[in-house]
Amino acid sequence: MGELVVDKHVEYILSVEKRKDSFESVVLEHLRMNGAYWGLTTLDLLGKLDALDSNEVIQWIMKCQHESGGFAGNIGHDPHLLYTLSAVQVLALFDKLNVLDADKVANYISGLQNEDGSFSGDEWGEVDSRFSYLAICCLSILHRLDKMNVEKAVNYIASCKNVDGGFGCTPGGESHAGQIFCCVGALAITGSLHHVDKDLLGWWLCERQVKSGGLNGRPEKLPDVCYSWWVLSSLIMIDRVHWINKDKLVKFILNCQDTENGGISDRPEDAVDVFHTYFGVAGLSLLEYPGLKAIDPAHALPVDVVNRIFFQK
Amino acid sequence: MDAEEHKLPLSQNPEWADVTPIPQDDGPNPVVPIAYKPEFIETMDYFRAVYKANEFSPRALQLTHQAILLNPGNYTVWHFRRLILDALGIDLNEELEFMSGISENNPKNYQIWHHRRWIAEKLGADVASKELDFTKRMLFLDAKNYHAWSYRQWVLQTLGGWENELSYCHQLLEEDVFNNSAWNQRYFVVTGSPLLGGLEAMRESEVKYTVEAILRSPENESPWRYLRGLYKNDPKSWISDPQVSSVCLKVLSAKANHVFALSTLLDLLSHGFQANQEFEDAVDSLRPSNSDPPDSDLAKAICSILRHVDPMRVNYWTWRKNKLPLSV
Repeated sequence: MGELVVDKHVEYILSVEKRKDSFESVVLEHLRMNGAYWGLTTLDLLGKLDALDSNEVIQWIMKCQHESGGFAGNIGHDPHLLYTLSAVQVLALFDKLNVLDADKVANYISGLQNEDGSFSGDEWGEVDSRFSYLAICCLSILHRLDKMNVEKAVNYIASCKNVDGGFGCTPGGESHAGQIFCCVGALAITGSLHHVDKDLLGWWLCERQVKSGGLNGRPEKLPDVCYSWWVLSSLIMIDRVHWINKDKLVKFILNCQDTENGGISDRPEDAVDVFHTYFGVAGLSLLEYPGLKAIDPAHALPVDVVNRIFFQK
Repeated sequence: MDAEEHKLPLSQNPEWADVTPIPQDDGPNPVVPIAYKPEFIETMDYFRAVYKANEFSPRALQLTHQAILLNPGNYTVWHFRRLILDALGIDLNEELEFMSGISENNPKNYQIWHHRRWIAEKLGADVASKELDFTKRMLFLDAKNYHAWSYRQWVLQTLGGWENELSYCHQLLEEDVFNNSAWNQRYFVVTGSPLLGGLEAMRESEVKYTVEAILRSPENESPWRYLRGLYKNDPKSWISDPQVSSVCLKVLSAKANHVFALSTLLDLLSHGFQANQEFEDAVDSLRPSNSDPPDSDLAKAICSILRHVDPMRVNYWTWRKNKLPLSV
């Protein structure tokens, strides 16, 4: 197994999109804002955020903002909640939230709330409980939760709860660990965790751990490093993380590392990518792996960043 | 027009001579410079030009097709395509055809599902059966595709077509009784179909169906949770229905794959179920020979066995044991 190869992962993240003509670089161009969040948060958790010039990143981020206040996945793309949260999170990492017109961003977000409390991802109207999380997390970071109807938003999320204790993308949608993270995270941020049946959901979540030690996202699916984040963060928010076998999960994540070239993959022996590298490192941070910064399970930012935002520490 | 007909690079194509392509702006000294393929660069440079000029034309529509083939994840291209379709008043039935080939190759792409929903919403109830058939084809490729299920639920609720949904769930469960998505859809139908009369009306036949599925594969998490769901908001019936306790007993007596039978029995006991000697004997026979001293009551004995047979979750079962009242 071995240990976390910190230096290799830093190298990997810094070089990731330079590989010529890689399929990845083409298909990821439009969600570069997410890529920046995954890569930079990982660097921060590894204690290496200063390996980059923050001014360049911030200039690029601000070029992705639209007149509406929302951010796009890259320059020349349309705004969407997915990228607006990533943009705000990256600015928070660099302690540069002050470059934003917070009210403008908040108006964009609150304008996407629907009559039933749900959120659309953008002007095209797709509804998903993921978007509720994005909106709530982002407004929370901006200290603008009062701009939306929190009560209605919470009721919509509660309507996505299933009889197994989990949450789906819309009312009646199958429970899925990714959606559960979004719903539990949104409920945690708004102080509404009483809508969660913690014991039932906790058991469902710890049933996601399979023999290899890894976690899957739904019954009878393969384990995947990304669920180390979705499942673990949810378990922490409902105070049930001791119900899984942490040592086996740490081993599973470490086994997914490319120890030669850096990066982490979904499962052992698969190709690495930034997305899974972030989820692997963030998962290890939640498991209190030595040498990593602690990460906040609801806001998905390092704890010191969250403390700076909410306690001016 | 078809993308295949356009073999000439755009820069040499007279149809595009009036357009000045706009190169990608990756910002100042990009942090993570992106290396693009030449064909991708050219198509996107022309796309940016028509996008910026708000050019809603047949050639722009064609260009979005090419851009989508190169990268179906690019949401901005899809957005722009919808603006063009609207502006040109294109027959959206044709657009559905256009979607088919792309969807099968990109079953987990958010854009193709969202685009489809936009089209189907405009076409209305007439396309309900077509859309249900489409998701069936997609679920044939991957019976747990989350996007396909989400879309299917939307079609049923918005456009209708509930008639055969329960038998479709049955068909999928015949193919794979471990398919949790199909169990979830079954619950969605039983609780939501306007044709079936609701959960209480369906309970008896559904319990029978679920018990049979459990007896075939007692290690299958999904039907156990489904069974519990059939008694939503009615724990009294759940505890008193002999079908629930007897399926536990049958699985315990078979002495294999009994984690969920034990945990269900534990839940029943915690909610006031009174077990008779048969249950005591069945649980007793599963007790590991080298275990700790015998437990004082049935619920504690169940927790001890679960700690032993499900070591991955030993902390959970220990917590369940400690949570039990001193004497049940």
